[in-house]
Amino acid sequence: MENLLAKYAPVNEPEVKTWFKAGPCSAFPPNAGACVRYQDKQIAVFHFTNIDQWYACQNLCPHRMEMVISRGLIGDEKGEPKVACPMHKRTFSLISGENLNGDCQALAVYPVKIMDGYVYIGF
Amino acid sequence: MRIIVVGNGMVGYKFCEKWTAQAPAGSYHLQVFGEEPRPAYDRVHLSAFFSGKTEEDLYLAPGTWYAEQGIDLHLGELIIQVDTEKRSVITHQGRAYTYDALILATGSAPFVPNIRGVDKQGVFVYRSIEDLEQICVYGKKICAQGKNPQGAVLGGGLLGLEAAKAVMDLGLETHVVEFAPRLMPRQLDDAGANLLKEKIEELGIKVHLQKSTSNIEGSDRIQALAFSDGENLPCDMLVISAGIRPRDELGRQCDLEIAPRGGIVVDETMRTSDPYIFAIGEAASYRGMVYGLVAPGYEMAEVAVASLLGKMQVMSPVVDMSTALKLIGVEVASFGDAFGENGPHRPIVFQDQLKGVYKRLNVSSDGKKLLGGILVGDSSDYNQLIQIYKNGIALPPEPEALIVKLSGAESAFGSVMDLPDAAVICSCESVSKGRICQAVVEEGCETLKAVVKCTKAASGCGGCKPMVDDLIKGTLKGMGKVVKDVICEHFAFSRQELFDLVKLKGYTAFEEVIAGHGQGMGCEVCKPVMASIFASLSAETASAQNSIQDTNDRFLANIQRNGTYSVVPRIPGGEITPAKLIVIGQVAEKYGLYTKITGGQRIDLFGARMEDLPLIWEELIAAGFESGHAYGKALRTVKSCVGSTWCRFGMLDSVSFAIEVEERYKGLRAPHKIKGGVSGCIRECAEARGKDFGIIATEEGWNLYVCGNGGANPKHAVLLAEKIDSETCIRYLDRFLMFYIKTAGPLVRTAPWLEKMEGGINYLIDVVVNDCLGIGADLEADMAKLVANYQCEWTEAINNPAIRARFKHFVNSDEGDDNIEFVDLRGQIMPKLW
Repeated sequence: MENLLAKYAPVNEPEVKTWFKAGPCSAFPPNAGACVRYQDKQIAVFHFTNIDQWYACQNLCPHRMEMVISRGLIGDEKGEPKVACPMHKRTFSLISGENLNGDCQALAVYPVKIMDGYVYIGF
Repeated sequence: MRIIVVGNGMVGYKFCEKWTAQAPAGSYHLQVFGEEPRPAYDRVHLSAFFSGKTEEDLYLAPGTWYAEQGIDLHLGELIIQVDTEKRSVITHQGRAYTYDALILATGSAPFVPNIRGVDKQGVFVYRSIEDLEQICVYGKKICAQGKNPQGAVLGGGLLGLEAAKAVMDLGLETHVVEFAPRLMPRQLDDAGANLLKEKIEELGIKVHLQKSTSNIEGSDRIQALAFSDGENLPCDMLVISAGIRPRDELGRQCDLEIAPRGGIVVDETMRTSDPYIFAIGEAASYRGMVYGLVAPGYEMAEVAVASLLGKMQVMSPVVDMSTALKLIGVEVASFGDAFGENGPHRPIVFQDQLKGVYKRLNVSSDGKKLLGGILVGDSSDYNQLIQIYKNGIALPPEPEALIVKLSGAESAFGSVMDLPDAAVICSCESVSKGRICQAVVEEGCETLKAVVKCTKAASGCGGCKPMVDDLIKGTLKGMGKVVKDVICEHFAFSRQELFDLVKLKGYTAFEEVIAGHGQGMGCEVCKPVMASIFASLSAETASAQNSIQDTNDRFLANIQRNGTYSVVPRIPGGEITPAKLIVIGQVAEKYGLYTKITGGQRIDLFGARMEDLPLIWEELIAAGFESGHAYGKALRTVKSCVGSTWCRFGMLDSVSFAIEVEERYKGLRAPHKIKGGVSGCIRECAEARGKDFGIIATEEGWNLYVCGNGGANPKHAVLLAEKIDSETCIRYLDRFLMFYIKTAGPLVRTAPWLEKMEGGINYLIDVVVNDCLGIGADLEADMAKLVANYQCEWTEAINNPAIRARFKHFVNSDEGDDNIEFVDLRGQIMPKLW
């Protein structure tokens, strides 16, 4: 199981080696999450329509190792965009990946960019 | 510092636990000697060994714990000598170990009275796991020989009754023999003991009081007990549990002071007459007494640790002998001055022979203080009473309200704010009221979440959460901060205010409400609350505003470990045809699902992959099933007993009525889940009073009970109306449910909703039955609209391609989650453990 977590390391935008074309924007639900497969990784992608921001992070919840983050409710805590794991409601910042309501390991977050109506995730 | 602990029982273990938690690492070398072959275990719950618990389940800490803490644990090694000059101990194998501090935690041995024949086969004591194993082997042997074997327990005290449970569990006809005129003579008075006796006898155990055993008869194995009054009790096995004798022999050997009635004399710091030697637990005699309970032993362990660390902590001058336990299924508690022997007092006694409850409180003669008490049959108030007793809290003007609850009356225990700062609120993490208030006042924690993070309170079992929450609110109020019941940082409104707002303004989308009346982007708290409000106002399905639903509502199924879902088709009233049962079986086989019967009389199918959900439902719907809403904060089931159509006791047709009620309210969303039940007679086989609404048939019509629940804090539903016909019952239910839906806070079930309602059940009856607010017709109309607009969410989902397309794990692939792995469980599947 540890090696499952080891697959996910955060990527900063300037370090991106590959921009993966995940799909057309229209395939992603508004104000909710969806899961993208990239090689052997599962990445959760969230679209906040009212601020038109996109965020991506690992789909794996480090709390109990379930592939479910993309199915969580999104929102904000004092302005910081976050996602709540649907299993036990651990909340994570979508900026830093940090667990906001406990001391779980942080989620790996990935940069997202939109080009010509397509969603790209940076690895 | 070299510390040696002799004895690895519960108290010896507690010493190790406290010591390693407090002493600076590297400052000591701790060695523990235990004569038993296994590490310390829970002796209090020994009889659990008979009901299937293993040895390891009873361990206080796994064998590896000691090594992890750097403790040298020597098991099966007996200390036979202490040399106080050289400060060393010598083991039975002749090895010597030196100490700077010696802790004697040698415990006690069963006291075996001097009766002729105690050495016969089939006579046992009850103390260690070995004793139990021997009892078990012998008991099974005589059971196998048949002929209604008889087992007797000598001693009707706490431990004796535990032993009786063990003997009963072995399948022997069980007798308890007690010398005193009542059971548990040290804890209970005559009335309490009588009730306990009746309850135990109902279970088939025979109780023989005032019996002095003079002889154990039989050739080489026990065949009977002979009593001094000439009577005789045939028996094939005897367990002696007639008290304890401190294991003070090491103290005697090295000339420590020994109390006249046994036990190594200790002072209030647990030091013996040798300043380098401490004694704790049942081996110690403090203030002339040996205490055979675990709590004083734990306190002694704590005091000994404090003494060694140079801290100022001494043993309480009056040792608390309070106990609360479940003996053979009967709740028994006794605390403080249980008999009122220590001074003038006024007893308050409540006895209900029918329900089998006896409660006695001893109150000071001025009526202001609680001195002690006894509870038999119902000890649910014990924790609150003990807080009042221990903290010397002033009693309410009518202290009888503490033990006699009038339905609807407010809790007599008052506010948690009245507790002293030292009162322990969270016993799992031992967090006091003072610590919680400090977190609020000095550390700026203003929410439950912040306080939990800061103090660890409520992070264990979570049972104290409501108390912690009340403390935070009370403290903030005391600081002059406005405490409003707001649902989260995005809305400065309560659920009820939001409900009215949405209704009044006719909003239809979450975005409208947050733009108009909230701030930010919402969160996992306010989004589902709003979803519930929309559903309760217009019966919109969970698929309408998909992105504000919790995952279960979003995918119309219950998420389970490993991210697969479970599927629960509605089976109204628990009635199902063989043909439909076959369909469920076929679907489960086809999609490889694990099946289990639920508590609500339906069938749960586990392990469904997200992409299979629409396919599974297509087949279920084709066979006539509908969504069971097991995933929603909605009406779940209306459970029924078989009722008058089949049952010879049935008064009314409970199944037909349960189906009618379930069909009426199916899909109804509420602040929390709602469960119902209908029983065909007062035998109550549907357990309807454990539900949010329970309907029970009588000769003269239905009795309607409301606001019960099972779960962590079981509550019986209370009577709302009696002897009513079906039509009236439905009308009251419409009003009751709609009133709850409109006014309850988020995730508040009907029982706590009623508890917080000013005026309690009497007010609720006034609103629902007497229509004192004049809203009865409106509530009925609102409900009628919801009933008329019901649609099966899964029928909608499979017929709407846009909704159906949501059931995909990957947005960029049609494959499923390759991370899901199942293993075999008794021929079915279960998620692979990691």
